Amino acid sequence: MKIAVSASGSSIDSAVDERFGRCAYFVVFDEKTGDTEAILNDGVNAAEGAGIKSAGLMLRNNVDLVVTGRVGPKAMQALLAGRVAVYTGAAGTVAQTIEQYRKGSLNPLGVPNARSHNGISSTEKPVK
Amino acid sequence: MIIAVASGKGGTGKTTVATGLMLALRDSGHQVAYLDCDVEEPNGHIFLEPQCNESEDIYIEVPEIERDKCTLCGKCAELCAFNALLVTSDNVIIFHELCHGCGGCRYFCPVQAVRPGQKKIGIIDRGTAGQAVFVRGELEVGTVLSPPLVNAVKKNQISRGVNVLDAPPGTSCPAVATVRGADFCILVTEPTPFGLHDLSLAAQMASSLGVPCGVVVNKAGDSRGLIENFCLQEGLPLLMKIPLSRTIAEAGSRGVPLNRAEAGWDQMLLNLYSDIEGLIMSERAYGNQR
Repeated sequence: MKIAVSASGSSIDSAVDERFGRCAYFVVFDEKTGDTEAILNDGVNAAEGAGIKSAGLMLRNNVDLVVTGRVGPKAMQALLAGRVAVYTGAAGTVAQTIEQYRKGSLNPLGVPNARSHNGISSTEKPVK
Repeated sequence: MIIAVASGKGGTGKTTVATGLMLALRDSGHQVAYLDCDVEEPNGHIFLEPQCNESEDIYIEVPEIERDKCTLCGKCAELCAFNALLVTSDNVIIFHELCHGCGGCRYFCPVQAVRPGQKKIGIIDRGTAGQAVFVRGELEVGTVLSPPLVNAVKKNQISRGVNVLDAPPGTSCPAVATVRGADFCILVTEPTPFGLHDLSLAAQMASSLGVPCGVVVNKAGDSRGLIENFCLQEGLPLLMKIPLSRTIAEAGSRGVPLNRAEAGWDQMLLNLYSDIEGLIMSERAYGNQR
C-alpha cells in the first residue's frame, strides 16, 4: 500500500502541511518496499480546484491512502471517486505521521472537514 | 454609441449616473438603451421602473462525457486551467461549479467523447422604461461566473442610439467584460482616499482596454482637490460633480432618479453627454497620434 502525507518539504523528516490541496509536496511511503518518494504538488498555485488537482496527482501515482489535515468537499469527492482512503490528524513530521497511522491512532475521514473555498488567498478555518 | 459607467469602488453612484444619463437622453428624444451589467446585484430597475415582458435563461457550455467513447486518457483534465475535470481509473468526474465554459476539453478530446452540456448561470429580463430599451442580467444564486452573463446582456445593445452600460464595481473580470468594447467609460468616484485608490485602478483598467474615460465625482464637497489633482496628473477629464446633498441622497433612498430629485440635472446630464460625444470624436481624430 502507498501512503501519501501532505508535507511542506520533500523528505521523510519534513514537517507535515495540514492542507491537502495547497501543500508543497506529498511524501509517499510504500509499505511493501519501504521506499519513500516526494511528489511536487503542482496544484499549489492553482487559482481554483487545487484539491481536485492534488487528488488527480494521487491517482496518477497510484496512492492508496492519504494522511493530511484538512480536505475540502470537492477534493473529498475526487478522492472518494478515485477510491483513495483519507485519514486526518497529520502532525509533526512525515515520519511521525506515518508512524501514528501504522499504530492505528489516526482517524479515517468519510466527509470533508474543510469548507468550500475559492482561490489561494483563502483564510477559511476548518469546520470541526 | 456605447457608454459604460464604472467605478472601481462600490457605492460611488454608478447607477445614479447611469440611470440619470439614460433618462435625460430619453426625455430629450434620443434613442437609448439601459443595460444593467451589474448582474450580481442589478438595481437600475429600482430607479427606472421598467415593464419587462421577456425573460431568457442563459447557459454556459459544460462538458458531458460519453462513457462508451472515453478512453480515460486524461487529456481533458490535464488541459483544464480550472481543474473542473478529474479522470480516475474508471470514470471522469466533472465539477460544474469550476467550469468556465471554454469548451477546450471538447475541442481537444482525441476521441470526441466530450459533448456539450448546459448549465444555467442566470437570466436576462428585457423590457422598456418608457421609450427606452431596458435590459438586465441576474446571476443565478451560487454561481460565481458572471462574464458570460454580462456578455449576454451586452448582446442586446441597440445598433442606433446610445447604450448606457451600468457596470459592476471593481476591476476584475465582470467589470472588464462590461467596459470592453465601449466607446467611452464614465468613472464615478467619491472624493475620499478609498474612492481615489479605486478610481486609479479603474482608470488603469479602462486604459488597458483602450477605452477613453472621464471622471464624475459624486458626493462632492471640500476634499482639497483630491480627485482634481489626480485627474490633472493623469490627464483625465473631470466631467461633472454631483454635490453631497441631503436632497439627492433622500431621493436615491426612495428610488427617485437624480433628474427627478432636483431641477437642473437633466440639462447637466445632457451636457455630460455632449462632452462625452466631443471626447470620443477627438479621441477618434487624434487618439492614434499618441
